[in-house]
Amino acid sequence: MTSTDATNLYLPDMATIQEVIQETSNIKTFRITLNNPDAMRNFRFEPGQVGQLSVFGVGESTFVINSSPTRMDYLQFSVMRVGELTEKLHKLRVGDQVGVRAPLGNCFPYEDMKGKDIVFVGGGIGMAPLRTLLLYMLDNRDDYGKISLLYGARSPSDMAFSYELPEWLGREDMTTELTVDNGTPDWKHHVGLIPNVLKEMAPSAENAFAVTCGPPIMIKFTIEALHSLGFKDEQIITTLEKRMKCGVGICGRCNIGTKYVCKDGPVFTNAQLKELPNEL
Amino acid sequence: MLTARYIANDKLMPWLLSLTETRQVLAPVQAGGQTLFAPLDENSRLDLKGLADASAKAALLPRCETLFEFHYSKGEGVPSKTELEVRETLPDQDTFLFGARPCDAKGFTVFDRVYDAGTRRDIYYCTRRDKTLVAALACTEPADTCFCNRVGGGPGDTDGADMLFTPVDGGYVIESVTEKGEAFLAEQPLMEAEERKEEARKVREAVSEAMPGGDPLGGTEGEVLRLFDDKEFWGGVAAKCLSCGACSYLCPTCYCFNMTDEVNGDDGVRVRTWDNCMSFQFTLEGSGHNPRDGKAQRMRNRIGHKFSYYPELHDGNLACVGCGRCIVHCPVSMDVRAIVAQARDRALAKEEHAND
Repeated sequence: MTSTDATNLYLPDMATIQEVIQETSNIKTFRITLNNPDAMRNFRFEPGQVGQLSVFGVGESTFVINSSPTRMDYLQFSVMRVGELTEKLHKLRVGDQVGVRAPLGNCFPYEDMKGKDIVFVGGGIGMAPLRTLLLYMLDNRDDYGKISLLYGARSPSDMAFSYELPEWLGREDMTTELTVDNGTPDWKHHVGLIPNVLKEMAPSAENAFAVTCGPPIMIKFTIEALHSLGFKDEQIITTLEKRMKCGVGICGRCNIGTKYVCKDGPVFTNAQLKELPNEL
Repeated sequence: MLTARYIANDKLMPWLLSLTETRQVLAPVQAGGQTLFAPLDENSRLDLKGLADASAKAALLPRCETLFEFHYSKGEGVPSKTELEVRETLPDQDTFLFGARPCDAKGFTVFDRVYDAGTRRDIYYCTRRDKTLVAALACTEPADTCFCNRVGGGPGDTDGADMLFTPVDGGYVIESVTEKGEAFLAEQPLMEAEERKEEARKVREAVSEAMPGGDPLGGTEGEVLRLFDDKEFWGGVAAKCLSCGACSYLCPTCYCFNMTDEVNGDDGVRVRTWDNCMSFQFTLEGSGHNPRDGKAQRMRNRIGHKFSYYPELHDGNLACVGCGRCIVHCPVSMDVRAIVAQARDRALAKEEHAND
């Protein structure tokens, strides 16, 4: 081994899984801490930033840090099982080692959002990046105006963070609406597509930001719905997914024209997206 | 240039071999019907006639390199607990890269802007860059596929090099470009050649004048973007492309890579390998969505990166050095010069049409 003082961009920090939460049939949440106590104590990130999780022997993949910087007991990543790496991640247990390279990318413009009403619209695993910002705002509640959340999934059993939903539904300082494509007899919330429920909710666009994340088709129609409610492109914020390897703008995989989602994103306003070449 | 030295033709190989005692010497050598940069030894057949078949980029960004090693073991006292050790593996070999053509050396400057960007330093690349002396060799017989002069270079340019060898009567004039090159030459048992610098300059000038002409291919940043949604154009350009990747693997400026893990029992490595943006898998996402799911989109990105996106991000510098290897080795005879020229013509025609 050759020692060097320079930072190695590709060398993950070692971390230990402290807790695994089975969110849905194909989503698990991992709460991890860095093995080096000083590194964990000094770790800083901002809502919306991502990290590369390593399962040594399989590789790395990018996930948003969906805990809040205001709650630093652990770093939380929620992972949908879709391929080889996520399959292996889902098999890991408490005490197992992973690698983490974080924080990477930009963050939600939470400073610019101060004093504004905030509308969160999340679909499926797309709720993960919203959660970090939602928790941050709830922990700095006085800085923000009305907070409303619309969270949708295919069915009640596909809703991640179900253990947090009663609190969010019960809070007086936020409005929470849930919807599913397919209801069950005991489902007491909305049944219907997110954009339609959003139009029923009809949040005011005045002095407001909307933050949305979910499947591309959901985002497309959610943005249309937001437009119909009077939201301008610069008031609509989303996060992009791309295949990434290096996470620092070198490997050349996640560019859209001159922008690299790993370092210039993943957070963009719809106005910024419209400036980019159409290659989402 | 700071210092000039001279070496006779018959002294060149012995001198290069003497350097191998303290460092790796990479040079263009003949092997298997090809001329490729490879470690030099006494059996090597040095080939300095023309451009090597592949660029010299592997000297600084190997085709495949280990980033770190890892090892799993059973935890002490708790058999069910697995422990994991990770060990960084940084390059440590001093290298003398001889015979890189000016286009190859200029290719390193394209890498430098990305791999050594302020606080974002790729330690593997930067370490190799620091430990490598780039000795460029001025071209005297450019091929008809060479077009360095149309992308901001020239057959005797020194960008990216630490020293420049220029063939003159009976041998080579060697001129230092960087302080690193100067310090190296100062220690070498080579003849002073201040009086032959003018001869070398004339050789380079003559070759420069003999280069095939043609419009500059730079300054097309806007054109590519204006054609972004022109499916007919990009579909036509990409139609015969086989997505084989020969162009990107041979290119001195293509720097995209992949990172994968390889395991053998409890031991493993994370490796970085060259990648090819013309491959379908390059942008395939976990969800199955692929933002560049057709050859046309991938070709648009490849041309766009070299002539539009990269120059926009890096003060107008192109990510193409005009070596022409992509033209020589393309199995279906695609010509990047023609693609860029067609893009410009089409964009201008569209603009005129819009103004009518």
